[in-house]
Amino acid sequence: MEDIAKHCIEIIAKAKSIPEDTITLDSTFDQLNVDSLDKINISFEVEEAFGIEIPDEALGSIKTVGDMVNGVQKLVAAKPSIPTP
Amino acid sequence: MNRVVVTGLGCITPIGNTIEDFRTSLFTSATGIAPFPPYPEAPGPTQGLRFTQTAAVKNFDPADHLASGIIAATDRTAHFAIVAARQAALLSGFLDHHAKDDIAIIVGCACAGRQSEETETIKLYGRDARVHPLTVTRTMASAGASHISIDLGITGPVLNISTACSSATHAIGQAFHMVRHGIVSAAITGGHEAPLTFGFLRAWDSMRVVSPTQCQPFAANRDGMTLGEGGAMFVIETLESAQARNATIYAEIVGFGMSADAHHITQPAPDGAASAMRKALKDANASPEDVTYINAHGTGTQANDATEAAAIHQLFGSLGSQIPISSTKSLHGHSIGATGAIEALATIIALHEQQLPANAGVTEVDPTLNLDVILNTPRQSEQKIALSNSLAFGGLNAVLALRHHLL
Repeated sequence: MEDIAKHCIEIIAKAKSIPEDTITLDSTFDQLNVDSLDKINISFEVEEAFGIEIPDEALGSIKTVGDMVNGVQKLVAAKPSIPTP
Repeated sequence: MNRVVVTGLGCITPIGNTIEDFRTSLFTSATGIAPFPPYPEAPGPTQGLRFTQTAAVKNFDPADHLASGIIAATDRTAHFAIVAARQAALLSGFLDHHAKDDIAIIVGCACAGRQSEETETIKLYGRDARVHPLTVTRTMASAGASHISIDLGITGPVLNISTACSSATHAIGQAFHMVRHGIVSAAITGGHEAPLTFGFLRAWDSMRVVSPTQCQPFAANRDGMTLGEGGAMFVIETLESAQARNATIYAEIVGFGMSADAHHITQPAPDGAASAMRKALKDANASPEDVTYINAHGTGTQANDATEAAAIHQLFGSLGSQIPISSTKSLHGHSIGATGAIEALATIIALHEQQLPANAGVTEVDPTLNLDVILNTPRQSEQKIALSNSLAFGGLNAVLALRHHLL
């Protein structure tokens, strides 16, 4: 969970060009001035970083960084494990 | 018909990201052509290219100017468009004096979001990766025009014109005619381009028209063009509105001519270029004797410079060898859809200051061209009418006639 949160915060900080320590799990995207274009960009970067696909219906309900981290955690946990040879 | 004047200037170019810096480089012949760093996707040390230099914009970070969401949704070419348009609007101060739906935005951009297109294509075909969800908005050729509209709240006619190397000149000419005929009372016009991708360089290299050293227009030993990028934007409005608000007037646009060679997709023909210049003078109600400067298309290729010289002699007769001429491409390179705007900017500054920029980087002019090429240093000269020529691949020619604003 901590690793996922850290990585999500890194992605948001990079996309918004703001320091990571200004972002907490309680930060709302409105507080971070994340507009609709930022949200599309950040969601894609998160999907790429974790190898997941955020469902369309989930995108609209993500209001805080914590919401995003929780969602990513569930999607990562649901990923099929890679079979070992 | 309205008289049309230029009241705002803006630029992001290889020789300056402000009008002041551009002007200094223009009159000190400080070239923006320099070696480019290796492209990470390029194979081997030579990168498969016969040339090592381009004219790139330097010290430009979009984050200094634009919100993160806008940067995410746009290509570098749109960044140039938005920032140059903001500069022009700010310098002009025209926005408070014209209804927002009575202002047009007509800009030239031929290569669209080339860098984004190439980046996503490499990902897609190279490793079957997903395409960024903002690729469409990044690669639209009209994105620059749209973002200027959004950024400045302008709701009048908004168009992007794509006619290869004449795009910006066609755009300025269309905007000029719209203001002259009262379709709108003002316009933002110009061009922008950011095409310096590895694929674009390789494509031009394959045509064998790029100089292995650097572009030397009209030189005896000229050996090709140098590719560039950037943008320049203008605010134009009626003379009446400019005078009513006591605006600074940098030049008057008095004529615009267009023609097609109907000849060859890469080889120019003198008849077409001569026709466009003739039409620009007719549109200006001026005669060849009134022309005191020509800012040439002057790419530095054998074919262009010889054809442009032939066109000048065809139109101007014995005057052809006496009209001061320079190409500024050896400073800012050839930025395709933007180059006409950058050259119009050089021409407007030359008219405003009664000082003609030198044809930089050339010591020996091709004597067979029989032109009065301005060498080494700028030339002080009382100005009447200046022409700014754009002669594109595909034979699409566009010429602006500009006049010192006090005449």
